[in-house]
Amino acid sequence: MEKPAEFSVRSVSERPTVVLAGDWTANSLGDAPARIAETVKTRGDVGVDIRKVRRFDTAGAYALVRAIGHDYDLKTVQARPESARLLELVGAAVHVKPVTVTPPRGFHELTVRIGKGVMDVGYEWVDTLAFLGHLLVVVARSIGYLFTTPKRIRWAAIFSLAERAGLDAIPIVAVTSFFIGAVVGLLGANMLRQFGAEVFAVELIGIAVLREFNIIITAVLLAGRSASSFAAELGSMKMNQEIDAMQVMGVDPFEALVLPRFLALLLTIPLLTFVATLAGLFGGMIVVWSVLDLSPSFFLERIIDNVGATHFWVGMSKAPVMAAVIAGIGCRQGLEVGGDVESLGRRVTAAVVHAIFAIITLDAAFALLFMHLDI
Amino acid sequence: MTETEPPPSVNEDDLSDDELLDNEGPAVEVRGLTSAFGDNVVHKDLDITCERGEVLGVVGGSGSGKSVLLNTIIGLRAPQGGSVRVFGQDIQHASRRRWTAIERRWGVLFQQGALFSNLTVRENVAAPMYEHTTLSRREISDLSDLKIALVGLGPEAGDLKPAELSGGMRKRAGLARALALDPELLFLDEPTAGLDPISAAGFDELIKDLSDSLDLTVFMITHDLDTLYEITDRVAVIADKKVVAIAPVRELERTDHPWIREYFLGPRGRAAAKVKTKA
Repeated sequence: MEKPAEFSVRSVSERPTVVLAGDWTANSLGDAPARIAETVKTRGDVGVDIRKVRRFDTAGAYALVRAIGHDYDLKTVQARPESARLLELVGAAVHVKPVTVTPPRGFHELTVRIGKGVMDVGYEWVDTLAFLGHLLVVVARSIGYLFTTPKRIRWAAIFSLAERAGLDAIPIVAVTSFFIGAVVGLLGANMLRQFGAEVFAVELIGIAVLREFNIIITAVLLAGRSASSFAAELGSMKMNQEIDAMQVMGVDPFEALVLPRFLALLLTIPLLTFVATLAGLFGGMIVVWSVLDLSPSFFLERIIDNVGATHFWVGMSKAPVMAAVIAGIGCRQGLEVGGDVESLGRRVTAAVVHAIFAIITLDAAFALLFMHLDI
Repeated sequence: MTETEPPPSVNEDDLSDDELLDNEGPAVEVRGLTSAFGDNVVHKDLDITCERGEVLGVVGGSGSGKSVLLNTIIGLRAPQGGSVRVFGQDIQHASRRRWTAIERRWGVLFQQGALFSNLTVRENVAAPMYEHTTLSRREISDLSDLKIALVGLGPEAGDLKPAELSGGMRKRAGLARALALDPELLFLDEPTAGLDPISAAGFDELIKDLSDSLDLTVFMITHDLDTLYEITDRVAVIADKKVVAIAPVRELERTDHPWIREYFLGPRGRAAAKVKTKA
């Protein structure tokens, strides 16, 4: 049990002495130090005796030094040897002036920060271009290897990543797409029924799923699933100096780490998009069958006749672009990780956010492009 | 930005394909190196030379830029000025083929081992061989097992992942990987830091044995006074942004630079020196 810090003033000689007692630790200080400071201020020169203190820690020593003033000669304090040593240590540390950094403020600092921000955006662009350039060189070199020494291409890494990023994502992509298809079907059927045109729900489902939802669902899910894992993997390898070790070994990290991830997604995203298409149509078909009582064979026939393959190819044509964007952003953010854990977290978040943003923006650009091409 | 020296002109074209790298002269030669992070200058006009066949220790206070120096020499960091030559080749201006030649002839042990965490120890040791040799899978696997045994790890260690190893085993595995290509030049970043005294002594002995028997040149950053007394031929001291002294450790004891005096003649330095004198 801790006894609270206390003190008494003894004035037998002309020099009054402050006698400390109880526990002088971080938990039991209370207002004793403040009262000592008050005493010292009113009495002027006092002696200090801490021999009766039961437990004495750095917080207690610091409070005492603060209370009796920094200029007080600590050597005159009456104390047991170990307390005297602690007091001496703390006294020496207190006299070291802490470095104070004045937080930047004012209009000038504002302009400096804006300037730095603008420059950072510029550097980011330069770095992104350098990343793409490096990747292109590696792609070209690997195409060379394909014809000369196919053994040098990291097939094992490509296929294991394809399994992890692609095959393992099939359930989540299929289920999500199934429900999106069903929801579009349900909404369409209910809306169109008001005009007696509920049969057009089939076209609505067909176009929405084939053209937009299959690729968007796949890409967004993979941005959350793979861009983050790529960034985290590469980032922790960077923190562990594995990427440095690779470089001094003469292995280009782009060739060993970035390219396989790139190719894995390039291979699997179109396939996943196809799976998402089937699942979405299936979801819509179930709804149309149960709500509108239109048979599956009628649904499929109407899809083939009135929607057609063009929409499917429009959707699929976006898949490789999305794959490149997801893998590129994930790997680039991973390689930007610095030495600390916080930057790892920040970069993984950035990978997901940037990837989703890029996917949506690119989809809008594609929509405009296809509109101009009348497809 | 600090002042930068123009890099010395390199007459790469004069060399024929066979003589990519010097086989004479110092293994590592750093001249007038300047390194800076923004306004913070770490090295200014730093010179250091590591002769062929010697074990060179590099010491310096925390933050004196030992690791920055190592990273600059092994090409992970571009210096703000000065030149770095490895096997007589300026690494900043080396062609791709020369780089590959240099990479085949050095091995690096990073402070934490930097083993590839998704590969087993055997695959880690095999990685440089896959990269630089045309040996068959079987031969590479056998050679990897040999290197693993050479650094004193048991045969069961080959199938373990780095996460399953203790700190000391991880360093040994890292050393096995650094030795994979039988390098002439070995860089060690604090090889005994974080090891218990027995493992550290074992590691010292291992490095000494290997450097003697394989005729290695060792460039080693260390803080371990025992290591310095035990295995180094010369010790370079980094202070005040440059190498203030480079000499055998017994001579360094007699220099009058304040930091060096404190380092070698402090309580730990004296203890290490005494043990060495008795031995």
